[in-house]
Order: sequence, then structure tokens, then C-alpha cells
Amino acid sequence: MNESNTIDYLMLLADSSLIMGQRLSEWTGHGPMLEQDIAITNISLDTIGQARYFYQLAAARLNEKSGNADVTEDTLAYLRDAHQYKNLLLVELPNGDWGQTILKIFFYAHRQKLMYEKLSGSADAEIAGIASKALKEVEYHVSWSSDWVKRLGDGTQESHDRMTKALEYLWPYTGEMFVPATYEKNFLENEFSFDVLKQGWLDKVSGILTEATLSLPPADTYMHTGGKTGVHTEYLGYILAEMQFLQRAYPGCEW
Amino acid sequence: METHIRDITVEDIRKWLKEVVDPEIPVISIEDLGVLRDIRKEGETFIITITPTYSGCPAMDMITLNIHKKMRECGVPHFKVETQIAPPWTTDWMSEEGKRKLKEFGIAPPMGNRGSEDLINRHPPCPFCNSTNTVLVSAFGSTACKALFKCKDCAEPFDYFKCH
Ligand SMILES: [Zn+2]
Repeated sequence: MNESNTIDYLMLLADSSLIMGQRLSEWTGHGPMLEQDIAITNISLDTIGQARYFYQLAAARLNEKSGNADVTEDTLAYLRDAHQYKNLLLVELPNGDWGQTILKIFFYAHRQKLMYEKLSGSADAEIAGIASKALKEVEYHVSWSSDWVKRLGDGTQESHDRMTKALEYLWPYTGEMFVPATYEKNFLENEFSFDVLKQGWLDKVSGILTEATLSLPPADTYMHTGGKTGVHTEYLGYILAEMQFLQRAYPGCEW
Repeated sequence: METHIRDITVEDIRKWLKEVVDPEIPVISIEDLGVLRDIRKEGETFIITITPTYSGCPAMDMITLNIHKKMRECGVPHFKVETQIAPPWTTDWMSEEGKRKLKEFGIAPPMGNRGSEDLINRHPPCPFCNSTNTVLVSAFGSTACKALFKCKDCAEPFDYFKCH
């Protein structure tokens, strides 16, 4: 196994989790009601916690390779630029309204669940360990977001219309989850098939969308890609500017 | 208190660690919670292994700090706290004693085991009146490990420690 593929793959996992969590944390203090404000903040906390494990592991592997000790979870999160980030485009998109945020969590969590199930059995024991821990947390994200998708899709005319709009906006960003980057394909080798992963996801997601009275967009919808290789939307730069400002302006600052 | 390293045993460490509690639920020790996984001696050093509850749980740093504090207080000269994430923490590791203390504290303990597809649509008995006529308000409560429920009999809202 080529170690640089593993590190790139770890960065994909870490960056996607971190940007997901950073985006969701924007809801903290702004949720539509206290209980849901707390829920989304907890989901954000889970994904940031998962990101930390992946960054810590990536840092350890990078230091092992170089013989130095200069890489830490913080240097990876705070001192890389947008083109070095490998996160999925889906997670960097603006939150939009509550419905759009819910739908983003829904698409992402269902895919994370299936992927972590596979990774739990990875030949790389450390990645398998993080995956089996993350899996248990993601199960709650899946059930929470699925309930909300049903409630909003099959809710009032207003909530249904908003969910339809959110679906149109987000759907073209879901394809990237199932198109492996070269390093990803190399790392996973024969661990699992992306076609099977995609079909499993589609089955789950379309069943719930139907229950929510929302119709699946056409199968030939154009899908955006690029995040996994550092080609991002304009939104990522703004997220990083806010998230990294302090460490850039005051290197090494702690509080 | 003057204690020599040769006098200290793993059982002493275990006894002292009973006083290290979850900072968010201060009635339950890290052992009752299932966070304390192992204590062993390697040469002159005691290795204390803990496991995080949830990945993003902010209590973990505090727990590590409190273990250090307790070990110093008890005069343990050489020790190390190690964090291990696999196998992942589960509420199945919570002791019966721990569950009893949770209930007394007003938090409904985890019901049954994991393994059911539906982790949350259960009816934990109300910690105040024992009624099972309870309803889920939110799957995410005041901390990552808890959900918020309401009792339909005594009308009290309560925290439920989720199966995990
Ligand atoms: Zn009651």
C-alpha cells in the first residue's frame, strides 16, 4: 500500500468532516427552536470530533514518514489553503434555510453511515477504529435528519416547496460522494465497490424522499466534482478565512 | 502521606480513580461510565487507559486532567494516561451501579442494549415518577450522550442517557 494514498485519503475524510462541522456550527444560537439548535450543534461537535481523529492520524503518519514532529492536527486544519483541502463540495455549500441544511445532513449522513460500515472492516486498523466509533454517532444523524426530511417534505405547502428547491440545489453535489479520486481508489483498492455504495445510498435516500412526497431528480442530472482534488466552489475560501484567521494572524495562539 | 511506589498496586489506583467522575454528570465515576478501560503496571509506571464516549466530547480533556490531579494527590510518582478509541465505547459498558446513580440524579439510564435498529424510539421510564408514558422531544440533549424526553404523566421534561 502506498502511504501517500493513505494520507491523501485521510485528508479527504478529515477535511470533509471538519468543513461539515464548521458549516453546521453556524446554526449555533440560530436554530428554529432550542431543542433543534442543540441537536444541530451536537451533530457539528460529532463531526469536528471525527475530523480531529483523522487529522491526528494523518499528522502521526506524516511525521513518521518525514522523521520530524512538525505536523499536528492544528497545522493541518489551520495552515492549509483552499486548493489543499480535499473535502466534498457538498459540505462547503452555504447552509441556506433549515430545510436545505437538513437535506445536506441527510444526504451526507446516509453516505457516511454506509462508508463507515465498510471502513470499520478496513485492513488499516487505525482507520477501522475511527470508523467504527464514528459510525455509532452517524447513526443518530441519519435518524434525526431522516425524520426531519419526512416532516418538512410532507409538511405544509411552504415546507414542501422549500424542500423541493433545496433538493434541486443540492442534488447535483451528491454525485461526487460516489466518484472516487485516484488516491481514494488506490487506498481502497478492493475494500469496497463505489457502485454498490451508491446503490445502497440511493435505495435508502429515495425511499425516504418518496415517503416525504418529494420526487427524485432525473438520473442524468449533471454532477459537480472537484472537491476531492482541491478544486472548490468560491464558498470554501470564506469558510477558511473565518476559521483560520486567528492562527494566521497570531501563529501558535492558544486560549 | 508518604507512599512508596513498591507499595502501590493496581487495585489502589482503581480505588483512587473511583473518585474521578464525569464532569458533566458528577455522580458517576469514569469506571461506572465505562470510560476507564484498563489499569496496568509496566515497570515502575502505571498505565491508565481511557476511552472517549463521543468523538467530540469536551469532557475528555477534563477527565484526563482530573486523573492527573488525583494521581498526584495520591502520590503516584510514575503514571501515564492513554486514550484508546477501539473498540468504541458503548453504554453496554455502564455498570448497574452507574445506572442506578444516574436515575437518582434525575437522568434516565440507557434502556436495554444496543443492537436494535431503532435506537431512540423507546420509552424510558420517567426518573421522577417511573411512568413509561414518555415521549421523545429531541434525540440530542444538553450533552452529546443524552436525549431529551418528556413525561406525559407528571409533565416533567428529563434527560435520557442514549444507548450508544
Ligand atoms: Zn414522570
